[in-house]
Amino acid sequence: MSQTPKIRVRGLKKSFGPKTVLNGVDLDIESGESLVVIGGSGSGKSVLLKCILGIIQADAGSIQIDGEETLGLRGRERERVMRKFGMLFQGGALFDSLKVWENVAFGLIQGRGTAKDEARRIALEKLAQVGLGEAVSTLSPAELSGGMQKRVALARAIATEPEIIFFDEPTTGLDPIMADVINDLIVACVKELGATALTITHDMASARKIANKVAMIYEGRIIWHGPVERIDASGNDHVDQFIHGRADGPIQMQVTRP
Amino acid sequence: MLFALTAVMHCVLPPFYFRLIGRQMLDIGYYSLPVVGMTTLFSGMVLALQSYSGFARFSAESAIATVVVLSMTRELAPVLAGLMVAGRVGAAIAAEIGTMRVTEQIDALTTLSTNPFKYLVVPRILAGTLMLPLLVLTGDIIGVFGGYIVAVYQLGFNPGTYIKNTAEYLEFIDVVSGLVKAAVFGFLISLMGCYHGYQSRGGAQGVGAATTNAVVSASILILIFNYVITGLFFER
Repeated sequence: MSQTPKIRVRGLKKSFGPKTVLNGVDLDIESGESLVVIGGSGSGKSVLLKCILGIIQADAGSIQIDGEETLGLRGRERERVMRKFGMLFQGGALFDSLKVWENVAFGLIQGRGTAKDEARRIALEKLAQVGLGEAVSTLSPAELSGGMQKRVALARAIATEPEIIFFDEPTTGLDPIMADVINDLIVACVKELGATALTITHDMASARKIANKVAMIYEGRIIWHGPVERIDASGNDHVDQFIHGRADGPIQMQVTRP
Repeated sequence: MLFALTAVMHCVLPPFYFRLIGRQMLDIGYYSLPVVGMTTLFSGMVLALQSYSGFARFSAESAIATVVVLSMTRELAPVLAGLMVAGRVGAAIAAEIGTMRVTEQIDALTTLSTNPFKYLVVPRILAGTLMLPLLVLTGDIIGVFGGYIVAVYQLGFNPGTYIKNTAEYLEFIDVVSGLVKAAVFGFLISLMGCYHGYQSRGGAQGVGAATTNAVVSASILILIFNYVITGLFFER
């Protein structure tokens, strides 16, 4: 491959005390690709995402974004790299002291210094894009249902038109229909922005819908990485067990049996 | 400690969020007025009553005005206001920032290219440090007024003499030392609130622990620093 990948992760390690969470993760995400990382609870998906974002400081390894090493960047430099990112948090993480439109416009006003009127116009546009009307924009996040909060959070993640968008369990806690609505919105938004997307989830229906490529993380390493079409013929027992949701197989959950 | 240094550094480096600083000043300063006012009013009143019953034993009743004004400005107004504000504001800061931490709102700030220190910590610390001296100055006046009410209306002092006695032995340094204390206490209260909130982990229980820790550590630090600052000002 001649082209530099959008995100290149090499030998990424992270431990919390004696517990090793990431044990040498290698991952490439090409520009414009939508990669979904699947894995069980506690397999290190969230930590991987937060390490790439720099919210958690990795212990060792390398994270390159557009060929630039970002591990260890701080302050202004970090903020400059963060401008390329948008992130949809698992719980939405909307600022409850601000109105819905102010949440969506936050990255524009604080991060980029966009004028308030202009930012408000863009915020309403993005809210419309996720199917929320102007009436919602003046409510506070606490007044919204879970699905609506997720959509506001999505609008906020795409408001600054980032080059890279991360989705942390976008469908968790939603009913299957709303989950599918969110999946459709994610696909549409990513396509429209031409952005590179990284999603972590354990919802296989969501993964199949969003992904071009799928990677499976297990015990702190990527154990399989390939196009979504090949996931049913991965030839990997761990992946097979996971996508079919079987309790028996090579992955043993830490459950005390009577 | 590192947290305090980072916070102070961000206090002096731009950019500043003036609107947020203003809102925090209103929150910490103006809305604490009733609490601080009530506390200092009754402290001044009780001080006049107590010192009267004590001083009457050796006919030194005329010293009451001096006792009230000196104790209020030097000690009681800053310490009591500090403790009350620690309970009111320190807890609120820790709970708010702690909740933002456990619901990933602080991480979200980072991903939106906003430094959480500048956006959350600095406005609270600046507002705390600036507003507590103003609160204490107001408290000084209210406390002296409380003493005046008791002395004049309950103990039958001559109003003019009481005011003259109040002013006579009051020195500039008495008030200034109280205000310096207030500024330090204000800084400590908001710093502890922010620090414990920022470090909180693990849901509602974590936020509860952060709130308790913020109030307890701020209160203890206030008492320790009260001793240290008094030593610096009045020890010869």
